[in-house]
Amino acid sequence: MTDISQTAQLPPATRSGSGRLRSLWRSGSGRAGLIIVGVLVLFSLASFAGLMPYDAIAQDPPSRLLPPSGDHLLGTDQFGRDVFSRVAAGVANSALIAVVAVAFAAVVGTLGGLVAGFYRGFSDSAIGGVTNVLFAFPPLLLALALASVFTRNWFTIAVAIAVVYVPIFIRVVRGPVLTLREIEYVKAATSTGQRKSAIMMRHVLPNITSIIIVQVTLSLSWAVLTEASLSFLGLGTPPPAPSLGLMIYDARALLTVAPWTMIAPGAVVVLLVVGLNLLGDGLRDTLDPRNRGRR
Amino acid sequence: MLRTIARNRVVKRLAAALLTLFGVAVFVFVMLRAIPGDQISANLGTEAAALTPAQRAALESYYGLDQPLITQFFSWMGNLLTGNLGFSSRAQASVLDLTLAALPVTFELAVLSILFALVIGIPLGMLSASKPDSLRDGLGQTVGLAGLSVPAFLLATMLLSLLATWFGFNPNGRGFAPLFTDPLLNLQQMLLPALVLGFGIAAPIMRTTRTAVLEVRSDDFIRTARAKGVPPRRLQLRHVLRNALVPIVTMTGLQFGYLLGGAVVVEQIFSVPGIGRQVLLGIQQKEYALVQSTVLVIALTFVIVNLLTDLLYRVIDPRVRS
Repeated sequence: MTDISQTAQLPPATRSGSGRLRSLWRSGSGRAGLIIVGVLVLFSLASFAGLMPYDAIAQDPPSRLLPPSGDHLLGTDQFGRDVFSRVAAGVANSALIAVVAVAFAAVVGTLGGLVAGFYRGFSDSAIGGVTNVLFAFPPLLLALALASVFTRNWFTIAVAIAVVYVPIFIRVVRGPVLTLREIEYVKAATSTGQRKSAIMMRHVLPNITSIIIVQVTLSLSWAVLTEASLSFLGLGTPPPAPSLGLMIYDARALLTVAPWTMIAPGAVVVLLVVGLNLLGDGLRDTLDPRNRGRR
Repeated sequence: MLRTIARNRVVKRLAAALLTLFGVAVFVFVMLRAIPGDQISANLGTEAAALTPAQRAALESYYGLDQPLITQFFSWMGNLLTGNLGFSSRAQASVLDLTLAALPVTFELAVLSILFALVIGIPLGMLSASKPDSLRDGLGQTVGLAGLSVPAFLLATMLLSLLATWFGFNPNGRGFAPLFTDPLLNLQQMLLPALVLGFGIAAPIMRTTRTAVLEVRSDDFIRTARAKGVPPRRLQLRHVLRNALVPIVTMTGLQFGYLLGGAVVVEQIFSVPGIGRQVLLGIQQKEYALVQSTVLVIALTFVIVNLLTDLLYRVIDPRVRS
């Protein structure tokens, strides 16, 4: 709702992908973020591939609430399920939902922002109106309301989270596009008679990729938090599918008896969000020339 | 005369806000109509299947469900404008009464949280900015990162369980005490939720303060002020912070707005009967009339808070006025 007019930020000169990666590695926060996120992604891939020591759902009542040991690295929960395997599956679940949600939001939001900023006129006002309406809701509340509307499974949760982030991408993209459409090479392309949509995709879009990449990383960390909050409230992926928020909810009464049941999923959520935030900060520092040399 | 009014920025902002609110109402209405089932099956549960077609038709006409959607929408709008927000059959109270009871609670929680956030965030941001890339900057940034990354529900759950087990401190387990009947117990009950929310909001405020202070500090007028011998403390407060205030106020306003509806999780954990919890209970008990009106009220307060923030920084920063 608040109309924070975008300051004209011109995209940085394009560099090779490996060069970008190298400078990201050199920034302290970028490297830490890459490592944390990399390790957690490996775990979730292993969990998808079924490489975990135990089944994340199968119950084993005799071995309930065992403390961490060689057999169960992070102990077992009140149904005798292996916490390590469940946490890995939970990360995989969170990551899947966050990635799908942010991908959806990024594609729809970028297109919306491009069209609004490049075509102006009616499409700009219409898209601006929709953006304002979606911005009028506190984010978690909107996700909550949307999640309660659909039959819940991982995909509808992802869509509910995506709707919240679409307007953010629209606004982040529209500002720079407004600046870009006035730049000489875009005007030159227009004067050679290329179609507007072609100019938009070929000359404008490639120049805002770094802005989109940074926004994607930061949005991923919010999406993980939103998904965890929804499942904590019982509005996320329904049980018995392991989800980090629900694991923390179930561990409330066990915190003093079996602290590992809460600490393990809690630490992993925090780690994942810290990693994504660090990665986003690192990317912003390396991709946005305005920040170079200032930190 | 009319033209000058129409051109006035404040009037324009108001008109845009009204238009947005109308859009919000349409959105909420359409969203809740997309839920499978209707008011009748939500109220009667499985018994709805036993209704004869005639009974069902009678109920549908009673709830106005036989009317076209557009008529339903405008009759809802008309009811809202006359203060009829619906009736909650579980609570046996009108949604207006429930909302009027819940709003002040959420408002109190939001004010306390913002106070905590400002007290933590602004000094921390200034400390970080006072020597970039130093140890104290690292410390400030770490606290900021923790505030951004530790989910409120995790912090809240752990605080609640641990303080209750170790110290027997659990004021929230005793039934909610309104501010004006038992202020002492009320403030104890608000302490933990406000701390949790304040810690989370301190992070964006800290980051905004740091960036804004760094930006202002490199301005020429600061160098001039330092050259003419303004004492450091006065320089920091009167010259640097004063000019860094616009982004900080914007961020605070935005966060305050989020708090008015986004405190769902923390309100739920600490059993604070605020507006967020009202929506959550409505969703859990499938009282969609309650959800529909409450969500609209929250969006309304959110839009108003944003509008006020906009007006406020016109007051703080004379440059925005022109």
